Parts: sequence; C-alpha cells; structure tokens
Amino acid sequence: MKPTDIGAPDYLHKVVDCQWACPAHTPVPEYIRLTAAGRYSDAYMINWHSNVFPGILGRVCDRPCEPACRRGRVDAEPVAICRLKRVCADLKDDIRHRLPKPPAQKNRKRIACIGAGPASLTVARDLATIGYQVSIFDSGKSPGGMMRSQIPKFRLPDSVLDEECGYIINLGVDMHYEHWVNSLRDVLAAGWDAVFVGTGAPRGRECAVPGRQEAAAHIHIGIDWLANVSFGHTTKTEKRVIVLGGGNTAMDCCRSARRMGGEDVKVVVRSGFDEMKASPWEKEDAISEGIPILNMLVPKEFKHDNGKLTGMLFEKVRAEYDAKGRRSLLPTGEPDVLMECDEVLIAIGQENSFPWIERDIGLEFDKWGLPVLNPTTLQSSLPNVFFGGDAAFGPKNIITAVAHGHEAAISIDRFCRQRDLLRRPSPLTNLVSQKMGIHEWSYDNNVSEESRRKVPTKTLDKTLLDIKLELEIGFDPFLACAEADRCLNCDIATVFTDKACIECDACVDICPTECISFTANGEEDDLRGRLKVPAKNRDQALYVSDTLKTGRVMVKDENICLHCGMCAERCPTGAWDMRKYFYKTAAAGAEAPRK
Amino acid sequence: MTYFAKPKLLRPDTPKNALGYTRRDYEGAISSLCAGCGHDSISAAVVQACFDLDVEPHRVAKLSGIGCSSKTPDYFLGNSHGFNTTHGRMPSVLTGAALANRDLIYLGVSGDGDSASIGIGQFAHAMRRGVNMTYIVENNGVYGLTKGQFSATADKGSKNKRGVVNTDSPIDLVALALQLGATYVARSFSGDKEQLIPLIKGALRHRGPAFIDVISPCVTFNNHAGSTKSYDYVREHNDAVNRLDFILPRDQIEASYAPGELRRVVQHDGSILLLRKVKTDYDPADRVGAMNHLQERHALGEIVTGLLFVDSTSESMHRHLNTVEKPLNQLGDAYLCPGNSALEALNASLR
Ligand SMILES: Cc1cc2nc3c(=O)[nH]c(=O)nc-3n(C[C@H](O)[C@H](O)[C@H](O)COP(=O)(O)OP(=O)(O)OC[C@H]3O[C@@H](n4cnc5c(N)ncnc54)[C@H](O)[C@@H]3O)c2cc1C
Ligand SMILES: Cc1ncc(C[n+]2csc(CCOP(=O)(O)OP(=O)(O)O)c2C)c(N)n1
Ligand code: SF4
Ligand code: SF4
Ligand code: SF4
Ligand SMILES: [Mg+2]
Repeated sequence: MKPTDIGAPDYLHKVVDCQWACPAHTPVPEYIRLTAAGRYSDAYMINWHSNVFPGILGRVCDRPCEPACRRGRVDAEPVAICRLKRVCADLKDDIRHRLPKPPAQKNRKRIACIGAGPASLTVARDLATIGYQVSIFDSGKSPGGMMRSQIPKFRLPDSVLDEECGYIINLGVDMHYEHWVNSLRDVLAAGWDAVFVGTGAPRGRECAVPGRQEAAAHIHIGIDWLANVSFGHTTKTEKRVIVLGGGNTAMDCCRSARRMGGEDVKVVVRSGFDEMKASPWEKEDAISEGIPILNMLVPKEFKHDNGKLTGMLFEKVRAEYDAKGRRSLLPTGEPDVLMECDEVLIAIGQENSFPWIERDIGLEFDKWGLPVLNPTTLQSSLPNVFFGGDAAFGPKNIITAVAHGHEAAISIDRFCRQRDLLRRPSPLTNLVSQKMGIHEWSYDNNVSEESRRKVPTKTLDKTLLDIKLELEIGFDPFLACAEADRCLNCDIATVFTDKACIECDACVDICPTECISFTANGEEDDLRGRLKVPAKNRDQALYVSDTLKTGRVMVKDENICLHCGMCAERCPTGAWDMRKYFYKTAAAGAEAPRK
Repeated sequence: MTYFAKPKLLRPDTPKNALGYTRRDYEGAISSLCAGCGHDSISAAVVQACFDLDVEPHRVAKLSGIGCSSKTPDYFLGNSHGFNTTHGRMPSVLTGAALANRDLIYLGVSGDGDSASIGIGQFAHAMRRGVNMTYIVENNGVYGLTKGQFSATADKGSKNKRGVVNTDSPIDLVALALQLGATYVARSFSGDKEQLIPLIKGALRHRGPAFIDVISPCVTFNNHAGSTKSYDYVREHNDAVNRLDFILPRDQIEASYAPGELRRVVQHDGSILLLRKVKTDYDPADRVGAMNHLQERHALGEIVTGLLFVDSTSESMHRHLNTVEKPLNQLGDAYLCPGNSALEALNASLR
C-alpha cells in the first residue's frame, strides 16, 4: 500500500467516528472534554455553531453518532454522546452575549424560507449572521416545525424549543406565522433573491383496509393526532388503544396515549422486532411504560359495530428472504388474530406532499414526488429555489435537516454572490501536538473502564399522569463527568514520523488493543490479514508508513485504537505523537479555496 | 514509561488460546523500563511464546537477579510464581527450586552484568549441572540499572556514550554455555521477534539447560554510534545460521521446503523444531562445530544468531542425581522428616 497521507481531507476526520457520523459534523470529543471540565457554556457554543439546537438535540436527536462511536467497538455500549450535549445546554450560563450579532450593514439580499422547522431555522441563522434579510413563513403559530408539533412534550419541553428558536429569531429574522403559502409561483413573483423550501414531509400514510371509512371516528393518522395533542386540541384517548407501525412516530403515539387515559395500549408491527425502524432506546422506553410490542402481524380489517370501532383483525406472517436478501412477508397460515380496541392510531409512515407548488413553473419532481435536486448544493431545477430537511429527500430527522440547512445556506450565499455553487468552502482543520511532558498530555489519556451511565428519570407514576412533564432529568455534573470520561478522545490522532522510528517494537508491545504492526508491505487485503491481529473491519482505514530502515512498514489498524497515547509514551524517539485534530465545517460566507 | 496500567478494554476479536486466555492474560505489571528498551520486547516475546504454547501461568516459576533485565519478570506472567534474587544469584536459587519441585517450568531471566560479571560462577554451574530450565540473558553490553558502565560482554573497541573505548576482552556467554554442556543454545535479537519467539518456545519445551543470549539494546546508555549493541549495529551485523519454526505435536506442518533446506529435530515431548537453513553447511547438532563457527564469525565482527546447538536426547539434573519425582511439598512431613530413629539407622549404616 502507498504511505497514508494523513493530511488528506477526510483521513483523520473519519477516525473521529462520532463526528464523521454526525450529519452536521459536530466536534463531539471537544465538547465532551469541555463538559467534563465543567466548561458548559464553551461546550454549548461549540455545539451551537455546528448543530444549532444543542438543548433540543441533547434530548431528542436520532444520534447517528452513537452506533458509530468507537467505544461501542470495545465496550458493551457507546458513549452517551447525546445526553452529554443536554448537560451543556442544561448547565450553561446565560450565553446570549456570546451569540453572533447580525451585521449592522445588511447586504440587501432578501431570502424567503417556507416552513419554520429546523432546516429553515438553520438557513436563517447562517444567513442572518452574515447580513442577509431572512423571512420565514409558517402555517403554525410558533417556530420549530415538527419539533414542536410532533415530538411529545414529555421528551422535549416547549421551554427548550422557545429558547433555542428564540436565539435565531432574535438575529432579526422576520417571522410570518399562520401564513400558509399556497403558491410557489406567487412567492417567486415577489422577487426574493432566493427561496428555501423547508416544509417537511407532512402527510401520514393511510392504512386502507376494510372498515377504515366506517369506523373513522376512532381511527387517526398518527402525525395529525400528535399535532392535535401537542397543541392541546386532543386531550384524552380511549382505554384500549392499538398503535400501528414500528417507527419512532408509533413510539411517540403509544407513549402519548399511555399518558392520556390509555390503559391497554399496544403497538402492532408488520415486521420483526429487530427490523423495526424505531431507535432501540425508543422501543425500550415504550416497553418500560408497560406497552407491549407485537410483531409479524399485518392489519387486515377494522372491526366495528355500526361505525363504533370494536377491534382489529391481523394476519400472522413470517419473513422470507430471496437470493438478493429482499424480504417478503408470507402468511403463516395460522388463524387471524383479533384484538379488541376502542381507538387506533396509524403510524406507518410519512410522505412528502407539495400541493402548493405548481407543476408548470419549471420545478421538476421525480417519480416519487420529490424535487429533483443537486445532492451537494440542494439547488432545484429552478436556480433560485433550494430545498432542505424532510422536504428534500423524504423524512429523516432533525440533525439531517440542520446539516441540509448549513449546505443550503452556503449555496444560497454563493448563488447570491454569483459564485460557482459546486465549489464549496473547505472545512477548517488544525493538528497540534498535545504533549506537555514525558507522560503528560493535555487530555486525559487514561482510559475509563466504567460502563455507560443511565440518565435519571422521574418516576412513571408521576410522568404517566402528565403528558407535559419531561421524563428524563438529565445527568448531573458528577454523572456527566463519569460518562464524559468514557470518551476515547478519537480526535487526538496518533501521528507517526517514519524518519524517527528505530523499530524497537515498544509501541507494538504496549498497544492495549494490538493495533500496531511492523511488517513487509503488500496489497491491502494481504496486509490486513498479516497484522498482529488481522484488521477485519474494512470500514476503518489502515495507517501505513513509508518504508523503514529494515525494509518493513508500520501499519496501524485505526479500527480499535483507544487513543490512550501509550505508543507515544513508550516511543523512545518521539516517532509517535498525539495530536489534536480539530475539524470545523465551513459556514456560509466562507470563500472556496482557489483551484 | 507509562504511569497507568493498560486499559482492560479488549477488541471483540481478541485472539484466545486453547485455554481461553488472551495475550493480555500473560502480561504483568506495566513496565517501568526506559521507553524503547530492548528488554520490553523480550518480555513481549515471552508473553507471546507462553500464549502460543497454552502455558498455564501457575505452572511457571520465573527467577531473576538484579538489573533492568532482572526486573522484567514483574512485567510478564503476572499470574506465575516469581523470585527476584540478589545480584548474580538467580542460578542457585533456580537450581534449588527445581530440585524441590520438578513439575514447574523454570524461566531464569538475567542480564549480562548479572550473569557474566558478578554471577558468572553461578551461571557456569547451573549450565554444567544440567538444570532443566530456560535461561535468558538480556544482553545489552552495559549495566543499565547503574547507569551504563561497560559489562563483561561489551566488545573490545566498543565505545560508551561519552566516547570511551572498552579495552577488555568480552565474555561470550553462548560460547561458555556450549562449552559447559548446555543442551539448547541460541542467540537472538530483541528487535527480531520472528526469530526470538520460536526460540523461546523451543527452549520452554526443551529438557535440560536451554540458554538464549538475546542482544537487547539499552536505548538510554548503549544505543549510539560506536556501540556494538545498538539497534543499528546489531541489524547490520546479524548473521543468522538458521530460522526456527516451533511446532507442537498437535499442529499440522503446512510449510513445504526444498529437500536439504530443512532440518527436523524432535524433542523429548514430541514437539518439533523445524530448522530452515540459512547457512547451508551449518549443523546444529555439532557442539564443536558450533563453537568454531562462533569464533570465526566473531573474528569477522559478525553476530551469529539462530538455534546454534540442540541435543534432543539430553537429560536433566534429576536423572543425573536420581531425585525423587514428586515435588517435596507433596511428600508430607513424615516422609521428608522420618524422625530420630531413621537418622540413627542411617548413621549406624555409615559407621
Ligand atoms: C412523531 C415524530 C417524532 C419525531 N421525533 C424525532 C426525534 O425524536 N428526533 C429527530 O431527530 N427527529 C424526529 N422526528 C423527525 C423530525 O421532526 C423531522 O425530521 C424534522 O422536524 C424535519 O425538519 P424540517 O425543517 O424539514 O421540517 P418540519 O420540522 O417538518 O417543519 C416544516 C414546517 O413547515 C410548515 N409548512 C409546511 N408546508 C407549508 C406551507 N405550504 N406553508 C407554510 N408552512 C408550511 C409545517 O407546518 C412545519 O411547521 C420526528 C417526526 C415525527 C413525525
Ligand atoms: C551485590 C551487588 N553488587 C552490585 C550491585 C549494583 N548493580 C545493580 S544492577 C547492576 C548491573 C546490572 O547489569 P545487567 O545485569 O547487565 O542488567 P541491565 O540493567 O543492563 O539489564 C549492578 C552492578 C548490586 N545491586 N548488588
Ligand atoms: S469515543 Fe468519544 S470521540 Fe470516539 S467516537 Fe465515541 S464519543 Fe466520539
Ligand atoms: S516505539 Fe517508536 S521507535 Fe519504537 S518501533 Fe514504535 S515508533 Fe518506532
Ligand atoms: S537503562 Fe537501558 S537497560 Fe535499563 S531500562 Fe533503560 S534502556 Fe533498558
Ligand atoms: Mg546489561
């Protein structure tokens, strides 16, 4: 293999598994260290710059970082990255004076954002701080989009939403509430310099089986029902409730129903338990609230007595996989299952719908009804119209909406300044040695062997009575510190200088996870098999040095490096050094590098 | 040097041996030697050899003298028996232990100062008595622990860190071991684990005195230009006679070699030493030839390494002395101390 160029843009970034997996590339280990040090406000600001909603995401993020976390590869569970984010939001001081101020001199460009969800709010923040005049239009009465209308208050209280949406609105963003945009043609005619569409995926999928029409009074589409609950239009449920669907919406529906009078609430899912879309922790929470999850059951009929719902009939199925691994659900032939109930919530998926976008104005849609976009720039076939969040590629999550918002803001800024949209500004990176003394590093390199801390919660007898009472209490400073200590500091990179190495083997012998080898060079597959412990995880890179004095090369498997720095402490010549890699995504307004 | 112990977190695919142990289970306390010391590599080689051989840690007794090298038994086999003796006295303590209990695997670890200076008499007698042991000298040409004075194995003409030249003739412990009757004699280099690990394995499974001289650079006091025990010098002058593959009776022999290239030695316990020849005319069964070869190459400034001599029919001290098979600690008081009347009877028989 060729010697690894650790200066290549993504090499070291990929080693920071959590940051790489985070759609907004939040510098996770940096804020975790600051949290451990009690510097909550500093940790908050690092988050705020990248993910815009630390307090919100610290409670309800989908956490793509956690399954990616390195700790999960050497320990039973990953670091509680998400809940450490909440800690810095909860324990910070008043940070309002640290927020950027919009420039006094505006650049006279006017941007319209449609929808006040996380995608639009991110666009607004990124552009307002560099002089754009941003207006947001939303049909609702308050900002946040589905974060407010869908996510139940016991997971995300309004106060947190108000605070973090407020930071953005206070940048001088024009908010137009209760303003349903019913024509994109009209918006375009109003002469905005650019339009951002962040209207989400607002339509819940139907379950069209017999009885649906007749018993409609007690059958609801989950996301509509949740919005009614959020805004206080629906305040109670029947006693026996069935929730259809295996995603997070289904989990929110069943847990809300439990808090609104539902005594016998169950979730019924077509697929198996493990294939369910809901995050494992959401499933756990539902189960712990006394909600059974029943799998491999396909809805067949709503049973009713003259329009009064009495139950639901399900067909039992089993999964079969074809040669290509595609699944089909086949009836088992066993008798159908009848479950009695008084109310059904349908949470089997969400779809995009753009009834307000005329199809003759040059904006192209694909066969799934999604806008045709450039995946990098998020520009539509109308050059001044950009999409992001759930409206762009279908329903995802908040952090993806935020990441889209950042990219769209960069595109809109470049569009308004007539720059090539495909040339993107580069991230800011920095690599600095952390050596302070012979065995001293500026980070805590002693690896904690503790297991993941549980977030304290209020008791169920209280929270099941009040849908607005937040269930989780959050880590206190001590729990936070213990949990933060579990982070392996993956951003403290091991950097090897081949010229300095005397091939004494000290690093090979000390490495607790045996990831360093000195061996003859070869092709990647061959080399992976010949290491001290074969490097089987191909998603993780091999760090290969130039040829050394003995003709061998140093090969380090990045997969399970603990970043403990023991190699660097043992190296007599300083051939290994621990250097902090800081990676900050580019923000709107930054220039692209010259070619 | 590292303050904290290796974290216990393991990769999920950590290799395990037949006993279910990982390499980490054969490690000891965290080393306090200088970063880059050759001795640490030898410790790692011992760990690997014991892991590969599925050695039960409680069946090993490690004994050492005084010196950086003699400290290393603290850094491997943390679950084995250990005895850190006084300077140069490891061989006699080891001999005593072996006499008392032949069931353990004896591993003596020493330095060139410990064995070739103060302990040379002890070294010589343990070899000639045929103690069943593996005796490793971690040879760096200096007294590392006392800040780098030349030891008795330092080559004539070798320079110390401040440029002072050594004027005394060196002792070659390999030559001594050969002459004194050791039945498994090897030399290796701490920086060449591929060579060293099989040599240690072969020695641990050898019956009789097995001696390995491991050149082990002292990074702090003897790793400069002008030293003949530096990483660079040893790499440039390493003159291997053969490469050893150690094969347990249960293992399949997979490698195929051209005829004449390979020599197969079966040890008393059925383990096999497969020697790939590097020097075509070298015969590891020829004690005198080995001694001659050593002298010739040394005169040319080369460092001869490999398995230099092995006698697979060797016997150990227990056979020579006709000792009791059972460990003394299992014989019971009455048997060990039969009482006054037995003494009387013995005395009477000698009158
Ligand atoms: C029940 C449920 C629970 C969820 N839980 C989580 C979670 O725990 N974590 C997570 O990360 N994600 C969660 N999500 C997903 C998350 O809410 C969305 O991915 C995210 O809010 C999408 O953001 P967005 O900016 O694209 O649009 P949205 O948040 O959907 O906001 C769009 C806004 O645009 C408004 N709008 C739409 N059309 C128009 C129009 N024509 N004129 C004016 N206004 C309009 C809408 O009323 C809405 O306010 C959940 C979703 C649901 C349904
Ligand atoms: C009886 C006695 N004499 C002298 C010493 C001082 N001393 C300690 S270690 C040592 C030399 C050790 O050299 P070596 O065995 O080569 O070990 P190294 O440190 O080089 O590995 C000496 C002379 C001592 N500890 N005890
Ligand atoms: S251990 Fe820390 S730095 Fe590494 S992936 Fe997990 S949270 Fe990120
Ligand atoms: S410890 Fe340093 S000098 Fe020794 S092999 Fe490793 S990198 Fe090279
Ligand atoms: S002084 Fe020399 S022999 Fe002793 S620990 Fe340091 S490098 Fe090793
Ligand atoms: Mg010495």
